[in-house]
Amino acid sequence: MTLTLTEQQEDVNIVEKLVYQRPLSLADVHTHYCPGCTHGTAHRLVAEVLDELGVREDTILVASVGCSVFSYNYFNVDACEAAHGRAPAMATGIKRVNPDKVVFTYQGDGDLASIGAAEILHAAARGEKITVIFINNAIYGMTGGQMAPTTLPGQVTTSSPFGRSTSLTGYPMHMAELLAGLPGTVYSVRRSLHDARHVIQAKKAIRLAFEAQINELGFSIVELLSSCPTNWGMKPLEALNWVKEEMVPAYPLGDYKVADELKALSKRKKKS
Amino acid sequence: MPKQLLKGNVAFAEAAVRAGCEAYFGYPITPQTEALEHMSKRMVELDRTFVQAESEVAAINMVYGAASAGVRVMTSSSSPGISLMQEGFSYIVGSEVPVVIVDVMRGGPGLGNIQASQSDYNQITKSAGHGDYHPLVLAPSTVQELIDLTTLAFDLADKYRTLVIVAADGSLGQMMEPAELPPMRDLREERPSWALTGAKDREPNLISSIYLGADNLEMFNRKLQGKLALIEKAEVRYEEQFTEEAEIVIVAFGTAARVAQTAVKHLREEGLPVGLFRPITLWPFPEKALFELSQKTKALFVVEMNAGQMLHDVRMVVGIDKPVKFLGRMGGAIPFPDEIERETRTLFEQIMTAEME
Repeated sequence: MTLTLTEQQEDVNIVEKLVYQRPLSLADVHTHYCPGCTHGTAHRLVAEVLDELGVREDTILVASVGCSVFSYNYFNVDACEAAHGRAPAMATGIKRVNPDKVVFTYQGDGDLASIGAAEILHAAARGEKITVIFINNAIYGMTGGQMAPTTLPGQVTTSSPFGRSTSLTGYPMHMAELLAGLPGTVYSVRRSLHDARHVIQAKKAIRLAFEAQINELGFSIVELLSSCPTNWGMKPLEALNWVKEEMVPAYPLGDYKVADELKALSKRKKKS
Repeated sequence: MPKQLLKGNVAFAEAAVRAGCEAYFGYPITPQTEALEHMSKRMVELDRTFVQAESEVAAINMVYGAASAGVRVMTSSSSPGISLMQEGFSYIVGSEVPVVIVDVMRGGPGLGNIQASQSDYNQITKSAGHGDYHPLVLAPSTVQELIDLTTLAFDLADKYRTLVIVAADGSLGQMMEPAELPPMRDLREERPSWALTGAKDREPNLISSIYLGADNLEMFNRKLQGKLALIEKAEVRYEEQFTEEAEIVIVAFGTAARVAQTAVKHLREEGLPVGLFRPITLWPFPEKALFELSQKTKALFVVEMNAGQMLHDVRMVVGIDKPVKFLGRMGGAIPFPDEIERETRTLFEQIMTAEME
């Protein structure tokens, strides 16, 4: 069958119907992340949520120190680079003088659970109306694979070459559970990025965390179990499998705190 | 405004409020805590930002955040707290945001004590965090000057987008004396164009101190040094008293200068040609003025409430040939006027003996 020119054009239009594109909140650049690292997935989810909530132009990112140190290059929003561990303090300063803006930190496990333990705990205790995206990959990535506060017992890293010894170095820190215990926290959950189903669940959590902030309810955090193929010495797929097989059992996924106001909010949304 | 009897710590806090400070983040530490207490009341009354942070480390990083958002912001602390804030100082200068700090110095090292001291001279003029820079440092010697310099600090911080430290001490912070507060200034209506306010109808702004690559970071450092050179040229401040035809000039700042002033008055009454040179900016140090003055005098006498930290700057300026005597009290001790007078008389005798020989 021969198509007329108009019919051909219509056909082309149908083929080129836009179904998927880079979120506006994500900058049009290549990232420095290693192949198979889930930082890219986490970035994309946050950017999609910012777009969907229509807050890109009102959002301020506080980047931290670690592999995500250059995240300010990848998000198309106002941003700053905090000192190691201090992102929640810097975010506090920004949010308090910009109460109508959306302020979020993006922190790894070394940054948040080790050097920045005091800052994250007290930001939550004060109920700072900020959102924290917490990447837990059980290792220090940027400095080349040292033991993190979230490293699993027995896990070999460059600074626990015989495997993490709990008698010498203690136990992994469960930040989502810890922060859920503070009244200032309205939302504290753990999700994983190891497969598509969990990625979709992670996005829903990220969205709710930002909604908690936008509705001025209090402090919100989403802990995301993530892979680090380079420093774990694994292929990307092996690394995702390691998240599923080793990390998820050690760091159970779930909602550790969803404040009643936030539950009511998401119920109202579902109804409407 | 009429004069009121004001405590130093309350005076500088209220001066900051009137200079348009929109946010204060601090941590209690003696001998400056009254400033934090005053802010906890005033800032809330005025619907501005006050946060008592979990540590000085957190406080300075909150300050860094608010400064990045483009508001006038400050913190105050005392020596051990200032040590903890050094991390933030470096980031603040490295990302060129305006911040005001008041350091109500106390005795060290370590926990030391809570008495007045000037032993932070080195850490605030020379080594305030890692990297190549100096904060602009202003040293008041009365409560009135503490008010005036705190007000000025906000203007200078904005002008140069840098860190300005007001170097007070436990004595100034705790003393009450009559002083006049300036009228209340209006708050800034618009945030600066570089501030983090959300990328609405513009490209995103970035506040950062990272410059990957030696070439980029060196270029930034050159720019920073250029700015510091401008400050050195334009912002030197000092005061001279009885320096005309003075044969001996006492060099002192802050509370030490205040005590030295009394000594100079007594010595002048005795007929001894003694003057006082008081640096008001500790950085930039008033090198040229002090050098010129030293050329006209026989000896300098440096008095400090530390082991001789400014002394190094004085020696650097006047050279090794010039006799420079030093009196330092440490650990929270304040020199008495008669101590300074006695030492000055001895110095005169030494000079006269030397001249006769």
